[in-house]
Parts: sequence; structure tokens; C-alpha cells
Amino acid sequence: MPPPVDYCGCVTSTLPAATQPHSNYGLSGVTSSDAALRRFLLGLPGVDKVGLEARSARLGTRSIKTTAKAAGIDLAIRMIDLTTLEGADTAGKVRSLCAKARRPDPGDPACPSTAAVCVYPDMVAVAKEELKGTGIHVASVATAFPSGRSSLKVKLADTRFAVEAGADEVDMVIDRGAFLSGRFQDVFDEITAVKGACGDAHLKVILETGELATYDNVRRASWLAMLAGADFIKTSTGKVSPAATLPVTLLMLEAVRDYTGQTGRKVGMKPAGGIRTSKDALKYLVTVNETLGDGWLSPDWFRFGASSLLNDLLMQRQKLATGRYSGPDYVTVD
Amino acid sequence: MEGERELGIFDYAPAPESRAIVDIKPSYELFIGGEFVPATGGAFKSVNPATGEALAEIAEASAPDVDRAVAAARQAYESVWSRTPGTERAKYLFRIARIIQERARELAVLESIDNGKPIRETRDVDVPLVAAHFFHYAGWADKLEFAGYGPNPRALGVAAQVIPWNFPLLMLAWKIAPALACGNTVVLKPAETTPLTALLFAEICQQAELPAGVVNIVTGAGETGAALVAHPGVDKVAFTGSTAVGRQIARTVAGSDKKLTLELGGKAANIVFDDAPIDQAVEGIIDSIFFNQGQVCCAGSRLLVQESIQDELLDALRRRMGTLRLGDPLDKNTDIGAINSAEQLARITELTAAGEAEGAERWSPPCELPVNGFWFAPTIFTNVSATHRIAREEIFGPVLSVLTFRTPDEAIAKANNTPYGLSAGVWTEKGSRILSMARRLRAGVVWANTFNKFDPTSPFGGYKESGYGREGGLHGLEAYLDV
Amino acid sequence: MSEKTTAEKTAKKARAAAPEAAASVASPAGPKAASPASPVRLDVRKTYKLYIGGAFPRSESGRSYQVTAPDGTFLANAALASRKDARDAVGKARGVFSGWSGATAYLRGQILYRIAEMLEGRRAQFAAEVGSVEGLSEAKAAAQVDAAIDRWVWYAGWTDKIGQIRSAANPVAGPFWNVSSPEPTGVVALFAPERPALLGLVSVLAPAIAAGNTAVLVAPDSAALPAVTLAEVLATSDLPGGVVNILTGSSAELGKPLAEHMDVDALDLAGIADAGFATSLEQMAAENLKRVLRPSSAPADWSEAPGTARLTAFLETKTVWHPVGA
Repeated sequence: MPPPVDYCGCVTSTLPAATQPHSNYGLSGVTSSDAALRRFLLGLPGVDKVGLEARSARLGTRSIKTTAKAAGIDLAIRMIDLTTLEGADTAGKVRSLCAKARRPDPGDPACPSTAAVCVYPDMVAVAKEELKGTGIHVASVATAFPSGRSSLKVKLADTRFAVEAGADEVDMVIDRGAFLSGRFQDVFDEITAVKGACGDAHLKVILETGELATYDNVRRASWLAMLAGADFIKTSTGKVSPAATLPVTLLMLEAVRDYTGQTGRKVGMKPAGGIRTSKDALKYLVTVNETLGDGWLSPDWFRFGASSLLNDLLMQRQKLATGRYSGPDYVTVD
Repeated sequence: MEGERELGIFDYAPAPESRAIVDIKPSYELFIGGEFVPATGGAFKSVNPATGEALAEIAEASAPDVDRAVAAARQAYESVWSRTPGTERAKYLFRIARIIQERARELAVLESIDNGKPIRETRDVDVPLVAAHFFHYAGWADKLEFAGYGPNPRALGVAAQVIPWNFPLLMLAWKIAPALACGNTVVLKPAETTPLTALLFAEICQQAELPAGVVNIVTGAGETGAALVAHPGVDKVAFTGSTAVGRQIARTVAGSDKKLTLELGGKAANIVFDDAPIDQAVEGIIDSIFFNQGQVCCAGSRLLVQESIQDELLDALRRRMGTLRLGDPLDKNTDIGAINSAEQLARITELTAAGEAEGAERWSPPCELPVNGFWFAPTIFTNVSATHRIAREEIFGPVLSVLTFRTPDEAIAKANNTPYGLSAGVWTEKGSRILSMARRLRAGVVWANTFNKFDPTSPFGGYKESGYGREGGLHGLEAYLDV
Repeated sequence: MSEKTTAEKTAKKARAAAPEAAASVASPAGPKAASPASPVRLDVRKTYKLYIGGAFPRSESGRSYQVTAPDGTFLANAALASRKDARDAVGKARGVFSGWSGATAYLRGQILYRIAEMLEGRRAQFAAEVGSVEGLSEAKAAAQVDAAIDRWVWYAGWTDKIGQIRSAANPVAGPFWNVSSPEPTGVVALFAPERPALLGLVSVLAPAIAAGNTAVLVAPDSAALPAVTLAEVLATSDLPGGVVNILTGSSAELGKPLAEHMDVDALDLAGIADAGFATSLEQMAAENLKRVLRPSSAPADWSEAPGTARLTAFLETKTVWHPVGA
């Protein structure tokens, strides 16, 4: 009889008391001036690239089978922000996407719906109409997505347009040019302003990690966004490669853990772009599980920005149910 | 009990690697002269440390058996192996390397069952490194004239090799690959608690058509080992194991012509500065003391943390320890496997009890240990003083002693204040500090911003009572050449 | 055994192509007499194309040339590579250089050893090809092929060792850590000798890529035949496309475009028999200071142990300083 496998201790839904801050500096002083903000961000612990990537790879060796796999697949479906962000988007395309979000698998009504759909601001109204009464959120990109290269005035107008059309969530992009040239205060002020324009809508802040290039930058930008009021921090627009990766997600989850530990305010996290297979999705969930615990394993605190991932999850779901490998004819093209 | 608890979303379901791939025979003989032959001594059992079940009966090589093995190795050396050109020796070693890769899963499962370590480690670390060692040394067999030992360096002859139980197959590779590459023949004794992968390796030698007698495997315990290293027909002795036995061997070979290399114990300091990349440092600490259940000669068993970040680092470390999974070594999600034997478990238990008695503060994450087999929960001790036994003696288990320091000089003084000198770790973002610490640490291996990294090209070995000689790379050839 | 069958097929092909040459290419299986009732089976002949970027294109020029045995017997039409093929090959080699040089030495060694495994598998095919191209006896052809395979194995074992023997921790007079280590030069253009047909190719190619460089290999004239079979081996050995590119044809024609090419880092002129031509290529190469390995002045004995010269010829040395302090 093989011995059982147990956790040594457990990863609980609230962060254990041990992570409360011991150091005395209050985070309120950190944003009091450009210099203070700069000192704080540059004083954060560095990230060893080799060590981070090795830890991430090892998390990827967790073997998720049977019951855990089934639960993971359903959870992943429920966490998807089903996305279409193309110049060629039309009302027809968006309606089709919304129908898929509501009922991903026409052959199985028990299949859960996705968390949200994600569209450009001028498609929000269409999506809102389609999803009325479903509980599925409408997220809109904003702030001159994806490049972020425009004036603050234009970005705020973009945000208000989306919110007035009914967006429940706004996915903004930070000004990477400002960040990379060290103008942290400008990046901070922009986020605060957009948060103001969001009203009741939740704000996700896209860092565009592929352009930030170093892990040290990603840690700093994560903190910057959270200090400025982000409800979620998000890896990428999906328009630049590399988009989401497991190591960068691990890093951002660690930043969320540390920030929440020091301030008590919970922030969500969303990897977006390049997540195509169920296997990958499960690795992301393992990463959340072993960094933050049960408390973040819900669509309220973790989302996948994806489009083709859903069909792979559905096919895996079908395999678990029937024992047979599925194929593209058994999932819908939306 | 597992069945009673409701599985949460990520209570990873059991993910067992199948045992079906290995064929453990009821009993094993010695491997001498290319064949399996019965011993004239007795027999003993090899046990699965995760369950306590007996796995197989192993032959115990007596002094006459050791005689036969050394004679077979000598015969093979004189009439075959010393006349085999380097290019052909290389090809045998390449064949062995390839077969190891082909049978990798089988070897990994067998090693986990016999040793108690997790399949994830044998699959991802041990067995790939074993293959890599054979590949690397295969390539040296026909290039010895370029290694800096002269235009025509010659082998020593017959090598007696005694290896420990913590990395059974990897320690075998570290011994046999360079020995054969340099033109020697070997008689190797695996540890008595972990003979099975060595015996499977003997089959691999047969599959590779290695000439008879080039590799001989004699199983047994302390007496077999003593007979082997004392044998007059042996030109070279290589030992990895405890410092206590290493001393005995050094005394035994004194005054003889036998060349000796020793790779012994350690009590490595793992030094974390206030500017360390904290999350990666925590991973490094986990790797340094819980990898292989801490049963590693170069384990970072003393954490030296800069006092200013002690609380923050330990909070993060305890939090991380809470995600370790202990249990069935063949479950792919297991991080911490079984302790190798009852004896080893008793030693760990005794020393940790001493730690508490001497006043150090003990902590483990809550952990349900399986009823059968040999298990110990990952443990850290804080408030440890340099005089405590747990700061001085090698525990060889998943137990970390935490001490503090204020300045780099103090870290160096504390790190070097030990008769051992195998390895050390340094965690800091500052390059010049890494190099300064590395220069001043009296240890044969210094890991900076990483830990427990091994490579066939990277020489490994200790200062002081951690032994002498190096294994791996260019430097590792010296032990097996007449230079 | 597959070995016998392959040899049988190759020998039959040679006989079908050149019945008069049957005596010089002995068939181990013995000639198969066609009885009046059973027709002779016609071989499917191989087409000899270039190997560029992992694919087998014909020359963009559409040209080919006849490869004949020493006694004039027709053997095959090989692609006659043009300067544009050379240009394309250099582009492919450059494109994959950072990946190949950045791979671990262990991985390169694994791939090179795999190539040796594939070479061994085609031993009889190579022996037949070398035998017919050079007019060698079966025994001599087989000996050359064995030597080529063994040399390849030798170089496979160098990938993770050349760095160790060519590196140094330099004891500078100051508080600095100072280490020198070798790095691959880049894209190397290799002019293989026509003889020995296979051993010559292997002797110039293996060290260049073992050291981490990517290569454009010119296989001149009749060496084209074993060169293309070598390309087939490379294509089935996990070697990334573009690491090796093989151009068959004329060194006289391809010399200038490669020697002048500003994105080629080094030249091996082993196969340039004309001293005057070799000198002018070296002069062209000076434009971007290519590293040039001159042809040997005496006739080369390719069976001699090669030493490390061809490994180190295409390695740069990088020295790094770093202060040592608290």
C-alpha cells in the first residue's frame, strides 16, 4: 500500500499572519513624491532570472490528474475573459463570442460559462445587450490600447466611453515609454486618473511585460500599478510577443502576495495572450495555488485572457467525460 | 487518512508513477567477470524505506569474493582494457550513456523504490545527470593527451570504489565513468541499503557488450568495503561517504602505493545578505536542505542570514515550507520522500532532540507522517548558536539550523568555522560581494544565487575534512591517471 | 541484415547506371542474373540537391553538372550551386547562429553523437558511394568511411571540453576576478577537399560546428555525392536546419562570393588546391577581416590525428573582469 501524500501544512485561503509587515515604513509615504516613489521601486528586492524560471518550471512538473484535473478544467473555463480584439471585429462577431461565453459546449449544458468577454470600447454596447441577465461581465480595453501612445485626455475619454457603454471592467495599458524612461510618477498619475474615470468598473492594469523586458521591471511595474489602485494587474495586451509566460506570472503573483501582505488589500491577477492549451492553464492554476492559495483560485481574483484556450479546455473536458480524445469538429468556431 | 478527506480544488489527486516498469528479482548475485555469480558469503535484504517492505535478497561479498572480483578486474585490465584504444573505450561509454537514456524511466523508478527519494528527483535530476556523466567522460577517453597531464597519460590499473546510499546511481556514474575513460577497470561496492540500480547497471554493461571484468559490482556492507579498500591488488581507492569512514580508509592505505580520493561530509553555510533576491533565496534554501530529504553531503544545513532581514526571510521560508508535499516517493507530486533507513532516521531524531535540549527553537509545518517506513518532517531550528550540536555535526536529514550575522567578515568567520569544507552558498545582488565571499570561503564548491547544482563538467570536492580530490570535468581525470 | 540489403541496392544502382564499371564496384551479394522469365528490377535513383536551411532545394540557377567515376562512367547529375545559393546559405546560417552557439555544449554534443549514429547506419551506402566516386576497393572505401565516422565521434566529444582546455582564470595584479573563455566565431565558409571524398568533408565540418559555429560547406565536384548523403544524415539527426548548409559544385565559382561576403566571419580554404587562387581569396577576405585557415602547403594527410587546430581556429577569446570586494 503506497503511503499517502500530504501537504506539509496547508495553503490557506487567507495569507497567514506571518506575512504581515515587520518593517515600519508606511506605504503611504511611498507615493508622496516622485523621489520617494522612485526610491521605493528601485529598492524592491531584485529578481534572479535563472532562479525564477527554475521555480516556475518546477511548478510545471506538478501532475494534475483525475478529479483535480476535472475541477481545474472547469475552474479555468470559469476564469476566462473570452476575448476578441481585432480591427475586423463586427457586431456579428461579438454576438457570436458572447453566445460562446454563455454556453461554451452546446452538447453539455452543465459546462460552466466564462467569467467575462473582453472587447474594444465600441463593441461594449453589443456585448452588454447579448449578455444581459447572464452574470457574465463585459470587460473593455481602453487608453489607446494596445500601444498606449496618446494623450491623457484621449485615454480618459476612451475610458469614459467604455464605462458609459456599460463596461463592468476596464483593461488599461500603462505608458511603457514613460516607465522605461524612469518617469514613474507619470505612470502612477495616469493610472490614478483612469481609475477615477472608471467609476464602479473594476480596473485591470496591463503592464505589457514583453516590452518591460526585465523581471526587475515587471516587479516594479506591478507594485506601481497596485499602489496606484489597480484592482487587477495583467501581463499583456496579447499583441506583443512574448505575452504571458509562467515565470512572469509567478513573479506578478509574488508581488500581489507581498502587496496584499503589507496593505491588507487584495488584488487580482490576469495572464493574457499565448495561453492555448489546457495543460498550460493547469500549470497557471498550480502556480496560483502554490503562491497565493485557495483565496485566489476564483474568477474574482484570477482570470485568463484567452480565446483559443476555451476550445482546448472543452476538448479535454470531453475526454475526461467520455475517455475518448476529442477533435475540432466537436467544439464550435465562434 | 486520504480517503476520508474531501478533495479541494487543488488537493492534487494521486499521480503515481507505475511500478510495472521495473522487474525486481527475488534475489541478486554479485557481478564479477561479466557475469552474475553467487557469493560465498551470506545474504541480506534491501528494503523499501517508504513502506518497510523487503524488496530483494542481496548477496554479501566475503573476502574471497572480493579477491575474485579484484582478480577479474586485474585480468581485464592487463589483457583487454589497457590494450583497448581510447577511441574504442569511448564508444563503450557512449553506448552505456545511450542505454541509460533509453532505460531512464526504469532506472528512475527503481532508484526511488530502493532509496526513498521522490520520482520527480530521480526522473529530473539523478538519471539525466548519470547519462550526462557517461557522455562527458566518454568524450575524454580518446583526448587524454589534451587534458594537461602530459602527452601520454596512463591509467592506474584497478580501482576500488565504495559509494554511499544518498545518490546511488549518480555516485556510481561519478566513479565508473572517469575510471573507465582513463583506462582503468573497477570493482565497485554500492551501499548496502541501495544496491538495486548498481545491479541493473551491471545488466546495462552486458547490453553494451563491455568486456568482461572491466566493471565488477560486489554488494555488501562495511566488511566488504573494508576488504575491498585494503586489498593489495588494487591501485586506486575512491570513497564517498562519512568522514569517520574516510579517516579509516586514509589510515588503511597509508604507506601503500594506492592513490586515494575521498568525498566526505559537510556542514555547509548558506549565506543570505540583505540585498538578496528574496523569493529566489527562499527557493535556494529549500533546494539546499530539503532536496533529497537533506541527505546530501553538500547540503546548506546552516543558514546564515543577515540579521536585518532575518524575520522577513524566515516568514517567507516558513510560508514556502507549507507547500511542500511529503509522501509516496512514486507520486509525481511528492517533494519530500522517505529517509533512507531506520539507522539514518534514528540519527536525525537524536540530533534534533539534542537541538531542542540545547535550547534552539524548533519548527515544522504541520505534517502527517505515514505510519510505515522511515519519515521525518522538514524542520528548521532558529536561535541556534555556533556551539550547538546541530550547528556543528552533520545531521544528513531535512533539518536546517539558522544562525545570524551582521557583516561580511562575520559571515566568513562563521562559515569557515568548521572542520568541514565541502560547499557554501552566497545570496546577494552585488557581484563584487559574490566574488569576495567566494574567494574567502574555504569550500570546494561555492554556489552564488543558486544551490545544489551539478554538472559533469564542473569539478566537485572538498577542503579540509570534507575530503580531497575532485570529481567532474578536466580536474576529475587526475584521480584516475598515473600522474 | 539491412546493411547487406542497402549495399545490394546501391551496387545494383551502380550496375544499372554503368554496366561496364560493375567490376570496380564489387557487389557483396554477387551479381543477380536476370532469368528470361523474371525482368531486372529498375532502381529508383537518388536526386542530388543542395542542403540549405534544413531543406533540399535545387540550385536557383537550375544548373547541374555530371559526376563521373575516375574511368569516366556517369554516376549522377549534381546541383551546380550559384552565388545566389551561397548568399541564401549564408543568410540561413546567420539566422540560426545565435540559437546554435547559445545551446549548451552538452546539447551540441548529443546532436553530434546522434549524427554519428546516423552515419553508422548508412555505412554501406557511404562506402559504395565513396568507392564509386574515388574508384576505391570495397575495403579501402569502408576504411575511409569508418575513419570518417570515428572522427565525427571524436569531435562530438569535444563540444563540452574545448572550453575547459582553452579557458583560464588569469591572476591579474589587482583585486579583480578575470576569466578568459572561448566563444564561437560565427558563420564559417568551408571549402572541403575533393579527396578523400567523405573524410575530407567530415574533417572540415565537424570541428567548426562542434565549436558552436554555423557553416556553409562547399563540396566540390565528385565530393558532391557523399556530401548530399551526409546532408541527409544531418537532416535526420535533430540538427537544426541552417546550422549546416551544403553547396555542391565548383570552388572556383563559389570562392569569390563567399570570400567577399561581409556576413561570413571565417574561411577554411582546405579544398583550394591552386595556391594563387587561395591567396586571392585570402585578400578578398581581408575586407571584413575574416579569420582565414590557409590550405596546407604540403599535400594533406587526412588520416592523421587532427589535433585541436580546427576547433580553435574558429573560436574567439573573451576576457571578463570584475572587481572583488565586499
